[in-house]
Parts: sequence; C-alpha cells; structure tokens
Amino acid sequence: MLGGRDGAGVALAMRVIVGLARIAEAPRLVEITSAHVDSCLYHGQVSLDFAHRLVDLGAMVRVPTTLNVGSMDLLHPGLIRSSTSAERRIATGGRELMSAYVALGCTPTWTCAPYQLPDRPRFGEHVAWAESNAIVFANSVLGARTDRYGDFVDICAAITGRAPYAGLHTTEARRGTVVFDCRPLGDRFLRSELAYPLLGHHVGSLAGSEIPVLVGIPGDVGEDRLKAFGAAAASAGGVAMFHAVGVTPEAPAAVDQLPRYDVDLSTMRSTRQRLSTISSGGLDAISVGTPHASYDECVQLAELLRDGPRIVMPLYLSTGRATRAQAAESGVLGSLEAAGVTVVVDTCTYVTSILAPGVKNVMTNSGKWAHYAPGNINVDVVLGSLEECVASARAGRVVLDDGLFES
Amino acid sequence: MIQARTLTPGTAVGEAIRLTAPLSFWGGTDDEGRIIDAHHPQCGEVLAGRVLVMESGRGSSSASSVLAEQIRASTAPAAIILARPDTIIALGALVAQELYGLTTPVVVTASYTEIPDGRRVQVHANPDRAIVSWSTFGQ
Repeated sequence: MLGGRDGAGVALAMRVIVGLARIAEAPRLVEITSAHVDSCLYHGQVSLDFAHRLVDLGAMVRVPTTLNVGSMDLLHPGLIRSSTSAERRIATGGRELMSAYVALGCTPTWTCAPYQLPDRPRFGEHVAWAESNAIVFANSVLGARTDRYGDFVDICAAITGRAPYAGLHTTEARRGTVVFDCRPLGDRFLRSELAYPLLGHHVGSLAGSEIPVLVGIPGDVGEDRLKAFGAAAASAGGVAMFHAVGVTPEAPAAVDQLPRYDVDLSTMRSTRQRLSTISSGGLDAISVGTPHASYDECVQLAELLRDGPRIVMPLYLSTGRATRAQAAESGVLGSLEAAGVTVVVDTCTYVTSILAPGVKNVMTNSGKWAHYAPGNINVDVVLGSLEECVASARAGRVVLDDGLFES
Repeated sequence: MIQARTLTPGTAVGEAIRLTAPLSFWGGTDDEGRIIDAHHPQCGEVLAGRVLVMESGRGSSSASSVLAEQIRASTAPAAIILARPDTIIALGALVAQELYGLTTPVVVTASYTEIPDGRRVQVHANPDRAIVSWSTFGQ
C-alpha cells in the first residue's frame, strides 16, 4: 500500500498510519474490522484540505465506517445560526467537509454513539474508533479493542484497514490500574440516573488516563448509564477504558493489589457542585442527549413530559438520525415535538451555534456537556437528572432534589 | 547540546519558551498561536515562531487539527520539544508536512529541562535522531 499499489490516496493514508506506528513505537500493524471517524467536524481549512486531498487521490474506506457528528444539522439546517461571518464559514466549511467524508465511502450516521447502531463490533475485534466517549464504550462495554484515535488517523485507518498495534490493542494495556469502591453509595443512589455522570466526572478527574475498576455497580445496570459514565470520565480525565466488576466483559476477578479510592455520597454531592457553575435561579434552556440519546432515553423524556404543565423554555434533545427515524415511526418523536422539544440530529448543541445568543444558564443531564459547554459556547451550566431537567423546564428556574445525596 | 528522539523530522531555530504546565492546542491556543487557556499559568504568551518546550500536550485529539492549521497559517511554534512522546501533537506536524510540505520538527528528550528558557535554540531532527543546541554565551 505504501508503494502506491492501491493508488496515491491509499499510499498517503498508509504513510500516516506507518508514521503514527513509528511515533508510538508499535512493533507492527493490526487489521481492523470497522472504523468510526470524527475528522468530519470542521476545525479550519486544514480539515477540508486533508479530506479533499484524499478524495482527489481516489481513496475509499475499505472497512465499514461510521461518521461522528459534524458541524451542521443536515436535516434541520435552520437550527444552526449563521449571522456572523465566522458562523457562516463554519456552516459552509462544515457542510462541505461532511460531504467529503461521505464521498470517501463512510456511512452518513452522524452520531457520537455508533454503539447504538446495528452491527456494532463484537468482543475481541480490533477497530479504529475516534471520539472519546465512543472509544471508552467500545473498549469497556463491548470488549472491542481500539486505541485513542482522533483527527486524520481515524480516516487513514479506515482507508488502509490497519492500525498500529499499540496502546489498548494490546492485552497488557487493558488491565485495570486503580479501584473505585462505590459500595458506600448504596443501592438507591447507584440505581439513579444521576449517579453515572457524577461518578464518571469524579473517577475521570482522579484517574486521568489510568484504567479504573468500579466495584459495587449493580449487575443489571443499563448501557445508557454506562454511556453516561464513560463520556464523563473521558472528558474529565483521559479515560479510554474502564472495568465494572460483575458488569463489563474484561473486569478482573481480584482487585486487592491495586490502589483504591472509596466513593461516598458527600463526594457525589460536591461533584455536582463542582460540575455546575450555577446552582439556583433563572434558567434559559435545557440540553439533553450528550452523547446522543438512545431510543429508550427518547421514550423516557416523552413519558416525563406527557402529563403536567407545559415547558416554558427551549428544551433541546440531541440524537442520531437513525434513532430519530425510529422515534418518528413509533410516534415518540411526535409526542416530543408536541411537548415543545427541539430534536437536534447530526450534531450536538455544544459543538456548534444552536442555542440562541441570549442563552446564558443551561441545565443538562450530561457530565460531558457540563464539562465542555462553558468553555465552548460560553454558558453557565447546572447538572441535573432528566427528571430535574423537566421539572426545571416547567418551573422556569433551577429545580434540584438533593434528597438523593442523603443516606 | 543534547540528543533527542525524532517524532517528526525538520530543522528550525527560535527563541525557547518553556511551559510550566501541559497545554492543549485545542481550546488552549487561538488562530494567532497565543495561549488562551485561562487556567494556564502562561496564558497570553505567543508561541508562533518559538521553540516550544513542554512536558507533554493534554486533552482532545482535535489538537492535531489545530496544530496543523497553525502550521498552515504560519502561527505554529517553529519546533516542539517534549519530555514524553505525544502522538496527537506529532500527528498535526506529520499531516501539515504531507499536505503543505511544511516541516515542523517534534522531538522527545528526557533532558528537556536543560534547555534554557528564552535562549535562541536550534533543532535538527533527522528521521533517525535529533540534536537540540544553543549558544552557551550571551543571550
């Protein structure tokens, strides 16, 4: 491939993969079965130049490849603001970039939660996934093997079908290195939705890029909760894999030899305070669905909104277009929209200009959104459960229930 | 003069700036190569054209794109000297070389603390090995 046998585009992609392997001191390359590409989010002229070079040189992906969110909601382009020249440049460049990745043979899934799609990787498969929440989910929950890939490398791996055999592709690098004992939190807290973004943020802050092992998580915990945990842990630290004893497939049987932290309710209460830049008062909008809401989460929101007073502020739900289509078919989308929810697809409310310019205080149920939005889009945030989000959207101000933190 | 390992080859000269904390190019620097991370102790410093000396980068993989974009726009550091290999930073330099033919040497050395802050430093990075040197007298 390096010599140009498969064309100049493949040769370029292979030079990047081999260059990365050399930098990472990988002994060899490994074949991958799928890729998830995040390079489709616009970061400037270089994003377009790289994609167009690959297209011009005739490159195509050789493994099934899904696409992460872009800078545009292609189904509802009017949702994205384009009043300033910078906003227009991102909208135009973002749309052009999204087209280029489809031209390279990627599937236009436009979701940060590719693990919610059919045909997800099986246990033990090597893949090349980008986007930190997708990476941590693939490694931890699916038991597929991917290192932390990102811009440029993801698409080059998809085009060559290869990745450097390094990092989390190797068995040694996947072992747990630090234990978080969650048993002091008690069953009631660990069965709550809010437990998982809070735990994720706390564990990520302490673990950095270590591999945490959680003890005490209920064996029947759902994938949406593990998604919320992993996304928050990956954004607060650099967590690319975790284990939960009795839950995830590669969790260790014995953890006695590892350094250990106990997690209690007062730590969780202060984690909510740390993640929130406001804790009371007026509220301008609600944003849920980061990472993209699953179908079950769309149903939960529709049920919470079914009876009771109407919401009095914008409530954004970000999801993948595949989930939206499923919700449209079952009538859930209709209920959500009738209740006043703005359903955003293909992108996310913290990576592009969606919220109205006057929006200052926002509530979210996502640890990841709470972590990034203040810096990215200059808002104040408060973290709450989906239930607290709905109660606040109805009341027009922050409504929190701290009873959860009492034992 | 110290020896280093080459992550991306190239030759560059510039005034050394040693960071006291890791930096993410994404969210941490602007289009002009200025540090804008309010939590960074050297917020406000301009990295463009200088030899950036730091332990490692941190954070999002989008930093590859931001560095490559700065190299394209001539607002990137002239060279980057790290204590630990950082694939995200090296990848930005690698892609800029592929796309625009612009080389930005990125090297790794355990003796990076010997490099004098503020001094004019040369980086010669061949694919096999790299040399970092500076004048021992005067500023």
